[in-house]
Amino acid sequence: MATQKVISRQTGVEDTQYKWGFEFDYESDVAPRGLNEDIVRLISSKKGEPEWMLEWRLKAFAHWNKLGNEEPTWANISHPPIDFQDIIYYAAPKSQKDGPKSLDEVDPEMLEAFAKLGIPLEEQKKLSGVAVDAIIDSVSVATTYQEMLLKAGVIFCSMSEAIKNHPDLVRKYLGSVVPYTDNFYATLNSAVFSDGSFCYVPPGVRCPIELMTYFRINELDTGQFERTLIIADEGSYVSYLEGCTAPMRKTHQLHAAVVELVTLDDAEIKYSTLQNWYPGDKEGKGGVYNFVTKRGIARGKNSKISWTQVETGSAITWKYPSVILQGDNSVGEFYSVALVNNYQQADTGTKMIHIGKNTKSTIVAKGISAGHAQNTYRGQVKIMPTADNAQNFTQCDSLLIGDQCGAHTVPYIEVRNSTARMGHEATTSKVNDDQLFYLQQRGISLEEANYMIINGFCRGIFKELPFEFAAEASQLMRVSLEGAVG
Amino acid sequence: MTQAHERNGTALLEVKGLRVSVGETEILRGIDLTVRKGEVHAIMGPNGSGKSTLTNVLAGRPEYIVTEGQVLFEGKNILGLPPVGMDPETRAREGMFLAFQYPVELAGVRTWQFLKAAVDATREYRGLPQLKIREFDRLLEEKLELVEIAPELIKRSVNEGFSGGEKKRNEILQMLLLDPKLAMLDETDSGLDIDALRIVANGVNQFKGPSKAIVLVTHYQRILNYITPDFVHVLVDGRIVRSGGKELAEQLEEKGYDWVRESSDSPAAPPAAKVGA
Repeated sequence: MATQKVISRQTGVEDTQYKWGFEFDYESDVAPRGLNEDIVRLISSKKGEPEWMLEWRLKAFAHWNKLGNEEPTWANISHPPIDFQDIIYYAAPKSQKDGPKSLDEVDPEMLEAFAKLGIPLEEQKKLSGVAVDAIIDSVSVATTYQEMLLKAGVIFCSMSEAIKNHPDLVRKYLGSVVPYTDNFYATLNSAVFSDGSFCYVPPGVRCPIELMTYFRINELDTGQFERTLIIADEGSYVSYLEGCTAPMRKTHQLHAAVVELVTLDDAEIKYSTLQNWYPGDKEGKGGVYNFVTKRGIARGKNSKISWTQVETGSAITWKYPSVILQGDNSVGEFYSVALVNNYQQADTGTKMIHIGKNTKSTIVAKGISAGHAQNTYRGQVKIMPTADNAQNFTQCDSLLIGDQCGAHTVPYIEVRNSTARMGHEATTSKVNDDQLFYLQQRGISLEEANYMIINGFCRGIFKELPFEFAAEASQLMRVSLEGAVG
Repeated sequence: MTQAHERNGTALLEVKGLRVSVGETEILRGIDLTVRKGEVHAIMGPNGSGKSTLTNVLAGRPEYIVTEGQVLFEGKNILGLPPVGMDPETRAREGMFLAFQYPVELAGVRTWQFLKAAVDATREYRGLPQLKIREFDRLLEEKLELVEIAPELIKRSVNEGFSGGEKKRNEILQMLLLDPKLAMLDETDSGLDIDALRIVANGVNQFKGPSKAIVLVTHYQRILNYITPDFVHVLVDGRIVRSGGKELAEQLEEKGYDWVRESSDSPAAPPAAKVGA
C-alpha cells in the first residue's frame, strides 16, 4: 500500500494562473444526468429528509416546470442556452454517505483535500477564530468548532443536519426571504438544493468566532445548488464568510445558490464573500456560471444587514445581494468589488427596499474590468411610502484596465416618499499614467505600481472584510489580474 | 566661469546635446550639463522654458520623446528602454530622485505602505537587507521629525487632502528615506510659505554631502538664500543660455529674465552649454 495519495490530477486545461484548478480524486456517489421529479425525490431521499421538505421541493419543481426552462434574459450577459437536462444535480463523495459524526470521522482524504485549498479542518490546525463548514459538490463534509459554538448557543451546521435536527427553525424561515417562486434560478435551487450552511444565533448572543462556509465544486458537469439560511435573533450578532473554488474544466459548471438572512430586533449579520470560482481560460473557455440569489430581511427594528463581496471568479456572475429594510431604523449595506478579466462577464449589484421608518442604506460598488471583460453594476433603491426619512447613499466606481473591456452602470431609483434623502455618485477612470510614473520614480516596478493603485481603489471595500480575508482578497486580485497589468 | 569651485568630483550626471519633444513641439533644443558629486546646481528660467521637462525626461517620464543626445548616470546610458537604457524604476533605484512639482495623489494607497514599498524596492536593488517594520518605523520617525510632518499624516492616502506645503515636505521626506545620489527638485519651493520653505531647505541641506548632488529647478532666487548653489544655469526656450555662480541668480532677480534673453542673443554670449566640459 502506498502511503501517499495523490489528491489532484490534471484536468486537461492549461492554465497556470488559477491555482485552485486541481481536482480531488475520490469515489463519488453521482445521480443520473438530467432533471425530473424522480431526481428531486432522489435528492430528498439521499438526505433522508422529512415529508414536508420533499413537498416543498416538489412544489418548487412544479413551478419551475411552469417557467418553461426559460432563463431570465434581462441581464447584460451572454451565453449559449443552458441544457438543464445535461447537468448532474447530485454528487457526493462516497465515503461521506452516512455523514461524519465528528471531525475524527472525516475521511482523511477530505481533510487533505481541504488543507490543499488552504482550509485546514483538523482540530489542531484549524483556522484560528473561524468555524468552517466545508462543502464539496452536494454535501457538507465537516464543520469545525461545533462544541464551542454550541456552548454559546449558536447553531452552525449543514442545511441537511438543520432539516433533521432543527425542523421548526427551518420550516419557519426557509423561503421566507427568497420564496421558491422568486426567480428562475431560485426556483431551480429550491427544487434541487443539496446542502449549504445553516446558522441560528439566539437572542443576545454575540457569536464568539467568525463562521465560514467553504464551497467546492469538484465533480465534472455537476451543478452546485447550495442553500444558506442565517437567522440572527433579537440583539444578536454574527459575522459569516464564504469562500468558493472549483477545478478548471473545459465545460461550464452551473452554480445556482440561494442565501437568506433574517435579522430580528437589534440584531446584526455581516456577510462576506470571496468568490473565486474558476473563471474560464484566457479565450473564455470553461468557467462557472454563477447565478445566485442572495437576500436579507432586516425584519426587526434597529437591525442591520451588511453584505461585502469580492467577486473575482466565475465566467459569468449574476448576483444581487439585497436587503429588505422592514424594521424601523434598520440599516442595509452593500460593499462590492467585482473584478473581471479576459472574457469574464459580471452583472452584479444590489437591491435596497426601504419599508420601515428612518431606514438607511449604503451601496459602494467598485468594478474593475480588464482584458475583454464586461462589468455591469445593476442596483435598485426603492423607498416605499411607509419609509419616512429613509436615506440612501450610492457610490459606483469603475476602473478600466486596457481598452478592450467595458464598464456599465444601471441604477434604478424609485422614491415614493418625499422625505427620502438620496445620494448617488458614479465615476469611471483608468489607471492614471501620472500615478504610475510617480510610483515608478520611487523605485516601484510598473506591475507593482498597478497593483498598488488597484488595491487603493478597492481599499474602502477591503476594510469591510474580516482581517484574514482582506489580505486574501488583495492576493486574489493580483492573481486574477496577472498578465493584464505591467 | 566666475565661481571658484574646483570641479574634481566624479561626474554623476552627464547630459550631452539633449533634444526633447512632446508631440510635434520641441521643448529642449540641445542641453549640455555635467553634475558632479558634491555639487548643487540651480536651473532657473521663465515659465515654459523647459525646466520641468528636463528633470522629467531625466527621470524617464514616458510622454517625452528624446530626439537627440545622450544622458549618462554614473557613466551608464539611461535613455531608452532596457537593455539599452533604463526604465523609470531602475533610474530611481540607481539613485535618481525627482521631487515632483505637483506630487500625485494616490487614492486608497496609505502613505506608510507606499513609503515602505519604495524603500523595500530600492534596498533590494542595492543589495541591502529589507528593513524590519520596527527598523523602518524608527527611520521614518527620524525623517518625519526633520521635515516636521505629523505622524498621523502617513496613515492617510498618499498626498490626498495634504496641503500644498505638506505635499512638498512629503517629497523631501521621500528623498531622505530613499537616500538617492542625485536629487532633482522640481520647483519644490513654489507655493511654500516662509516656514515651509525653511523646512524644505533644511531637509535638502541635511541631504547634501560629498557623495550627493542636487539639481534645483526654481523660478525664484528666494530658495537660494537657504540652499547655496555652486552653479546657476539659465534656461530659455529649451537652451541653457547662461551659466555662472550664485551671483548669477542675484543678477537675475534684479534684472529679470529679459536681461539674459537679450544678452544671449548677442554673438558674444558664452556658450553656456559647455559648463560641464
